Formats: sequence, structure tokens, C-alpha cells
Amino acid sequence: MAPRVDALYAYLIGVSIVFIALIAATLLYFVIRFRARKGNERAPQIEGSLALEALWSIVPFVIAMTMFVWGAKVYFAMARPPDNAMDVFVVAKQWMWKIQHVEGNREIDELHVPVNQPVKLTMTSEDVIHSFYVPAFRVKADVLPDRYTTLWFQATKPGTYHLFCAEYCGTEHSRMVGKVIVMEPTDYQDWLKYSAGAGEKKTASAADLGRVVFEKQGCGTCHRADNGPLQAAVASSLIGPPLKGLYGSTVELADGSKTEADETYIRESITDPMSRIVRGYPPKMPTYRGRVSQEKLLQLITYIKTLATNGTNGSSTDSGQAEPKDDAARS
Amino acid sequence: MGTQKSIDYLNVDYGIRSWLLTLDHKRIALLYLISITVMFALGGIFAMLIRLELLTPAGDLVQSDTYNKLFTMHGIIMIFFFLVPSIPSVFGNFLLPLMIGARDLAFPKLNLLSWYVYVLGAIFTLWAMVSGGVDTGWTFYTPYSTTASTTNVIPTAIGVFVTGFSSILTGVNFIATIHRMRAPGLTWFRLPLFVWALYATSLIMVLGTPVLAITILLVGLERAFHIGIFDPALGGDPLLFQHLFWFYSHPAVYIMILPSMGVVSEVISCFAKKRIFGYNFIAASSLAIALFGFLVWGHHMFVSGESVYAAMVFSVLSFAVAVPSAVKVFNWAATLYKGTIELSAPMLYSLGFIGLFTVGGLTGLFLAALGLDVHVHDTYFVVAHFHYIMVGGAIMGYMAAMHFWWPKVTGRMYSQLWAKISALTIFLGFNLTFFPQFVLGYLGMPRRYHTYPPEFQVLNVLSTAGASILALGYLIPLIYLIYSLRNGERAPANPWKATGLEWTVPSPPPPENFDVIPVVDEEPYAYPDLEVQSA
Amino acid sequence: MPDSTSVAAVDPHAASAHLAHQFEDAEQQYETASLGMWLFIVQEIMFFGGLFTAYAVYRSMYPNAFAQVSRNLDVVFGTTNTLVLIGSSLTMALAVRAARFGTRRQLVTYLLWTMLFGTVFLGIKGMEYHHKWVEGFVPGPGFHYTGAGAEHAQLFFSLYFAMTGLHALHMVVGIVLLAILAVMGARGRFGPAYSTPVEMAGLYWHFVDVIWIFLFPMLYLLGRH
Repeated sequence: MAPRVDALYAYLIGVSIVFIALIAATLLYFVIRFRARKGNERAPQIEGSLALEALWSIVPFVIAMTMFVWGAKVYFAMARPPDNAMDVFVVAKQWMWKIQHVEGNREIDELHVPVNQPVKLTMTSEDVIHSFYVPAFRVKADVLPDRYTTLWFQATKPGTYHLFCAEYCGTEHSRMVGKVIVMEPTDYQDWLKYSAGAGEKKTASAADLGRVVFEKQGCGTCHRADNGPLQAAVASSLIGPPLKGLYGSTVELADGSKTEADETYIRESITDPMSRIVRGYPPKMPTYRGRVSQEKLLQLITYIKTLATNGTNGSSTDSGQAEPKDDAARS
Repeated sequence: MGTQKSIDYLNVDYGIRSWLLTLDHKRIALLYLISITVMFALGGIFAMLIRLELLTPAGDLVQSDTYNKLFTMHGIIMIFFFLVPSIPSVFGNFLLPLMIGARDLAFPKLNLLSWYVYVLGAIFTLWAMVSGGVDTGWTFYTPYSTTASTTNVIPTAIGVFVTGFSSILTGVNFIATIHRMRAPGLTWFRLPLFVWALYATSLIMVLGTPVLAITILLVGLERAFHIGIFDPALGGDPLLFQHLFWFYSHPAVYIMILPSMGVVSEVISCFAKKRIFGYNFIAASSLAIALFGFLVWGHHMFVSGESVYAAMVFSVLSFAVAVPSAVKVFNWAATLYKGTIELSAPMLYSLGFIGLFTVGGLTGLFLAALGLDVHVHDTYFVVAHFHYIMVGGAIMGYMAAMHFWWPKVTGRMYSQLWAKISALTIFLGFNLTFFPQFVLGYLGMPRRYHTYPPEFQVLNVLSTAGASILALGYLIPLIYLIYSLRNGERAPANPWKATGLEWTVPSPPPPENFDVIPVVDEEPYAYPDLEVQSA
Repeated sequence: MPDSTSVAAVDPHAASAHLAHQFEDAEQQYETASLGMWLFIVQEIMFFGGLFTAYAVYRSMYPNAFAQVSRNLDVVFGTTNTLVLIGSSLTMALAVRAARFGTRRQLVTYLLWTMLFGTVFLGIKGMEYHHKWVEGFVPGPGFHYTGAGAEHAQLFFSLYFAMTGLHALHMVVGIVLLAILAVMGARGRFGPAYSTPVEMAGLYWHFVDVIWIFLFPMLYLLGRH
């Protein structure tokens, strides 16, 4: 993507240089050639020329439109992460970047990624608006509270690159900086293992942490997450829509409209459940806004995403694993 | 002509009351001139402190909180208290009645009120600054400004809110004046282009400023009462703030540039002794810019989370709005063709305007290009872009106006030599200050940064060096212009041999402008049609 | 250079004390004042427009909650106020007519009626606000709402108070203006030659009325089928 941005930039620079040179040269020439000299006053009063007006309206307009189209195409590509993009979650707060890998690794102000792999960041803020900016990759997206924004990139060269916050956010805005560290795939795997700890200290995956949140918050009281057998008493309390296979499906709402169950839908269903009721279900869910942190919310959503329709409870840790340590689950 | 001293608007009455209670548009213009010059000096001091801090990568001159207040206050002062009023409230107030053959504006009392409102707003804002300052950035983005910032947001918001009404009153006054008070024979298409520019500017002032007012009011209410309108925790939407804010603040930049463009039309025409090429197109382009300017606000939000489709609409419209400005530049150049060009100080400033505005305008296209804006948004590229327009453009236009109409306003001529020296100093200092910032921006240096990575230092040092030269360039006119008030050669009615009704009255003009209201029977810029006389 | 001729057999400024020096004749003065007032009204529309936009945005985001919360507004009071304001516009129009004809007593009477209606409106509004205060519906630290739509109730009420409060402020300004005009009118300052201030005030008053005509259904009547 970065070379595409640079190419567009080069085009604009080229056009600009041409126009600036044209105008500067014209002005300079006129000012010298038609300089006032004693006894040499001339001034034919020319009113205008429709032909010229048309020319210098239409030509700049057409050139401007080429710039628009090119810019729009690049932007469109930026807005569509490839399907094989690896997910990373970002929670911004004054004044640090909290990164969470799906595997469970967490970082502060650093983001390790493998080279030549598309990476899709899902981001939110705990407080004010921030902006995730990696100049080397030519990508930037604002990070908002109570909303998920995304950006994606594919690093092509190993190395360390600046990460800047690019939306003024208070005192330490200029120190809310970090590094994106791009590694060869094998090095990246090593890093994943190394920074995840070992044995009992090993960090749980985001999905596993999400399952812990699910259980701690008692979501299972009303929402079914698996396909196992049910007792009648349990079945009658399940007044909320089931969650298996929810992610990515189309949901029909009480007012007849349909919506896609993406990350934003799931998040809003947790923080603002009354705003969109699913058809056929009672408007009874309480809000969990403020009861679950942004990071836990992301973990929870990651867990819900793993609930596939084939009945398996997707989880990257095997049963029998020790319960993740409390401080790993705490935000 | 008798030998006794003639009565003009300056000597008709003396004493502080005759100034503070004046209804004469010419005196009100001078009241504004003094006020905005004071504010400009203050904003300039903040700029110097910013540039001094940025000499080194570390935040070692001031603390971060102070730095954040400095750039916030620099922006607020320069935009609301200098650029927006500048040409309209000084030169518009002074010249509009003269240019259309009227004795005053439509509503002289409203005019005086607008100055008092400006001063009241300025006092509020200055008090907010000295009693702690404000650090939200001039853009007041929520939720930082409504919940997180611990600074004087509400007093500043009140100050800006109040001053906005000064703009609105001025705009109402100008529109009514232009519609209803033109001298007999002065049809719309005989108006000087400066009047067209003021008209378009006034339309924006009247339509846009109230939206800023209500937005700022809501920020104040949110901050004071947590009403929830911009707070996501209460169901509000911080992006709504951005839409409402930019709905005014984008057209606001056209408030800041259109009057300068009008000045350039007047000056180029006079110092080439040629009628403006493409008069109709320049007049129409002013209105087109005013109209289209209201449709592009979303280009400030390409990475904020607005939809891709909305972004595309705003992008294409932003490219479109560039065309009328380009049309002006070409028409000005064509005006010079076969003219008799005198490189006076006003002409130098106008030529400088054309060059720097062209760079500023072209770099606006960089920002309108979606894929590119993602990279340079909120970097020094944007800072450079808007300074090229506002300083390289608007302020150069203001200086051109100052040097063009100074004889009319004061009755004195100034030193052409020193004027040209300072024009050159400003031009060079300006470019050295802001061109490196384009490079800084593309390299990735974000704006509003107190500290920065060391690899950006060289360009920052260049920029600060330029700022020192620029500051000098602005100080020199202060000296020779004030000097001219006592020692300058007395100015005749029409020292530049320009067309326009303002040049038909003495310098300085009498209180009632015209002994007898003129009847206009010729086209604007009716310079004599001359062919080259062979030597 | 333009010609400088002007014919003025009778100096209109000497003839009329009402003619300001910058105008050539009374008609120009009147037309200009009228244009000025319309421009002012346009900017007021933009001012309220920002609030209306915010309301529209949130209403479309939370239609159920807003509909439910709005049921707490008193439709009887709102409807009464609407009728009161319409009545006041009638008396205002009659006042303008009286000013034009120079019928001093009618002018003052109708101005006073308009002021009365305006005050009644504000009084009813005050009662409504008081009720809301007692119920805990005023946004701020004391806000307390536990009905349907509670999660967005504060937002709704914030917009309600902001919009009706701004409107009420404009009414107060209007009433003060009318009071001044009533005094001037009682002194015989208006007549066929000069009724501009009354006309301009009339435009302003009607505008404030129209804003309410939009506010009332938007705030009170949504969700009530």
C-alpha cells in the first residue's frame, strides 16, 4: 500500500511543479516584459475570453478528477482488509497503546508482527479520541471511545518503525508513541512463544480470556454458547438469542430490519442492548457498559467469534489447562 | 480649493468619546484595526514560543501542558480574533460605503455594536488565557474538550461564541448594504471585485457562524452539565461534534481567503493599469467558492470513522472547489498581459499572494486525495498547507490592502523602499518557515507534538529560523507605517491613479464620504485603452 | 471618472426625523431594514438548525428510546402553548397593522396582548420545567429517570431543555422588545410614515413562533400515534 500512496504523491507533486512553474514563469515574464517604462504606457483593455475561461476551467477540473479517482482507489483498498488478515486488538488510552494478540500476547506501546502478512487492527479507546499512525506504512485511523475502528497493513520489510498517536489527546500526546517491530515469520513465532511465558505463567489466548469473562459475567444464564444437552430448567431461562454461529450471520431485528453481526454489533449488544432488539426476543438484557473494560470486551467478542455453528466450542487451549491467572485476565 | 485645513473623518472630532461612540464606519474600521493588531501580536508571540520550543526534539523550553495551551491559543487567536475579522472589519468597513457611493453602511449602530461584541469576546478569551489557558486545540474535539481537559474550556468557548456574533453582524450589515445602498447607476456588474468578495464572504459569515455558535454552546453545556450529547458513555456521538464543528470551520477558511482575493483583484488591476480579465468569472467564482465551501466539511474527517462513501463525496467536491480558485489565478495572470506594470509594494504583496496561494491551494489537492490524506492527515503537511493559505495567502492579501489603501485611510504616503524590503523579507521568511513543514509532514511528524524524534530536528530548525525572519518582516511595517502618520508625504485623493469611487474623495475622506452621491455610468476598472506608443 | 450629480429639490433628511443620514429616502431605509431582519432570521435558522440536526441524528439512532421518553412531556401544556403562540402571532400582526395606520391605542393594546400571550407561554413553560425538575428529569448531577428508554433519557431531555430553553430565551428577548415598542408607540412614534421597528419586531416574533411550531411536534408528538 505504501508504494501506491507514494506513487500518488509523486503524481501530485509532478502536476504541482508543472503548474507552479507555469504560473511563476508566466508572472515573471509578464512582469518583466510589460514593466512600466517612461513614455511606454500600454494597456489594451481586454475584457476576457470565453475560450480561455473554458480551457482553464475544464483542464484543471479534469486533472483534479484524475487525482480524485486515483486517491479514491487507494482509499478503497485501504478500507478492505484481505480475508487472511491476522487480527490484533488495540486499546488506546491516555497515553499508551495496549496491544492484544489473539494468541494472548500483550504489549504496551509495541506491536510485533510478521513480515508479508496482512494484519488487521481492531481498535478502541478507553477515553478520548486517539489515532493510530505508522508513517512507514502510510496508514492511519482514528481510535474512538465506544466504537471500533479498523486499519490494516502488510509490512514488506523487517525492521522497527515509528508508531505515533496522531489525534491530540492531552498532556502526553507527543509521548504516546511506540514501535512496530516487523519480524521474519520464524522470528515472530519465537517471539510469540517467548513473550507468552511458559507453563502456568503462559498467557491465555484472547478467546480463552473471553470465555472467562463470559462465565464471570454470567452471560450463559440467558445466552447459549454451545450445543451440549440441556436440562429443561436451564432451557427455559435462555431468553436471549443463542451465540453459536452468531458472528458473521445476518440478524433480523424487531423492527424488521436486518443487520450483520460484526464486532460492532456484538459490542453494541453488550453495551447498549436496548437499541436493537432481535426479533422474537424480549427487551430484557441489562447493559454491561462500565462493567466490562474495553479490553475484556474485545476478549469476549473474540470468544464469541470462535463459537462456530458446527457445535464445537472453538478454543485454542485444551481442556485441562489451568485456569488463567487472574492478573492476566485483569485489564 | 481654499487653503484652510479641510475636515476629514479623523479631525472632525476629538476625544475618546468621539471614537468609542462613533457611528462612522471609517472610525469603526480603525477601532478594529487596533484591536486585531493587538491580537495578532499576541498570537504571533505564541507562535514564536512554539517555534522556539521546536528547535530541539526534547520538550525543554516549556512543559507539555503549557505547550498544548500555546498552540491552542495561537490557533484560536489567529483564526477568530485576527483572520476572520481582518479584511472585512478593517478594509470592508472602511471601503464598502465608499466603493458603492454610500454615506455609511446600512446599520451604523450595528456596526459599532459588532466591534464591542468583538472586544467583549476578546476580553473573555484573554481572561481565559491568563487565568490558566486552554489546551484542547482550536478544534475543541470531544470528548477531550468536554470531559478530559482540565483547562478553561468554558470561558474560551464563551469568548469565541460572543465574538462569532461580531462576524454575523458584520455579514448582515454588508449584505444589506450591498443590496440596497449602491449609488445610482452602480449595477451589480459594475461593482468592484472587492465588493463581490465581501458579499460572498458575508454570505458565509451569516450562514456558517451560527452553526459554530450552537456547537460551542453545546460543548459548554456538555462540559458543565454532562448532558451527554457528545459523550459516548451517555449515548452521545463524538463524531457529531466534528460534523457540526467543521460545517462552520471549513467555510470559515473561505471567509479568511475570499476578501484577500478581492484585494488582489483591485491591486493587480491598478498596477497593471488594466481592467480585470474575466470580471464575470472572478465574480462568479467568489460565489461558487462560498457555495461549494459549505459542501466539503467532511474532508477533515477522512480518517475519523466516516463512511467510505461519504468520504468519496466529500473528496470529489473538495477537488471541485479548487477549480474556481484556479480560475482566479489564471485571470489575474491574464490581467497582467500587456499591462503597464508597476512593482509597487501592494503589487509585490499581490504577486506573492498568487504564488503562495497557488502552492497552498495545490497542496489542498494532496489532502483532498483520499488515499494520500490517510498518510498526511494530522501531520505537519496539513499545518504547512493551511499556513500557506492563511499566511502566504490571506495575510499577504491583508498587507497588500494595508499598503494600497493606507494613503486613503490616513492621508499619508509611506516609504516604498521599506515597504518593498519588508515584502521581500516576509516572502522569504515565510517560505523558509513553512516549506520544510511539508517535508516534515510527509516524513510522518504529527502536528501538535511537543516532543519529536530527533531525525526531524534539522527541518524544525530551518522552520524556526524562517519564523524569526518572518517576525522581522511583520515588525518593519509597524515602524514605517506608524512613522508615516506624522512624517509621510500627504497623500492626494488618488495617488495610484486607480479607478474606483473611493479614489474620487479626498485622502482621508470627509465624514460623510461624498458631498454629492455620485451617479455611476461606466464599467469598473475603466482604465484608458492605450496601445503602445513607439518611442 | 463618474459623474457627480444628484437632484434633491427637497432634502428628505430635513423632511423626516426618522430618515437616517445614510439613506436617500424612507423607502430605501425600510427595504434595507427589512432585508437586515430577514438576514438575521436566516442566521437564527442556522443557529437552531444545529440543534435540530443533533436532535434528528439522535432520534434516528434511538427511535424507540426517544419515543418512550417523550411521553413524559405534557402534551396538554404543549398544545396550550402552541395555541397561545398562534394567538400571539395574530395579535402581533394586528399590532403591525395598527402601527401602519397610526392608531395609537390599538397598537399599544395589541402589543400588550402579544406580550401577555408571550408571558403566558413562558409561564406554562416554567411550570413544565418545574415539573421536570421535581421528577428529576433535568440533566445534570440530579438526573434520575427509571422508565422505558432510560438509557437515552438524559440525551433526550438535554436536547429538550436546550431547544426549548433557547426558544424561551428568544421569547424573553421578544417580549422586552415589544415592551420598548409599546412605550414608543404610546408616545405616538409610529404611523404611516414610519412603522419600521414594529414591522421588524413582527418578523422576529413570527419567526420565534414558527420555531415553536417545529419544536412542538418534534419533541412532544413523536411516538404518539
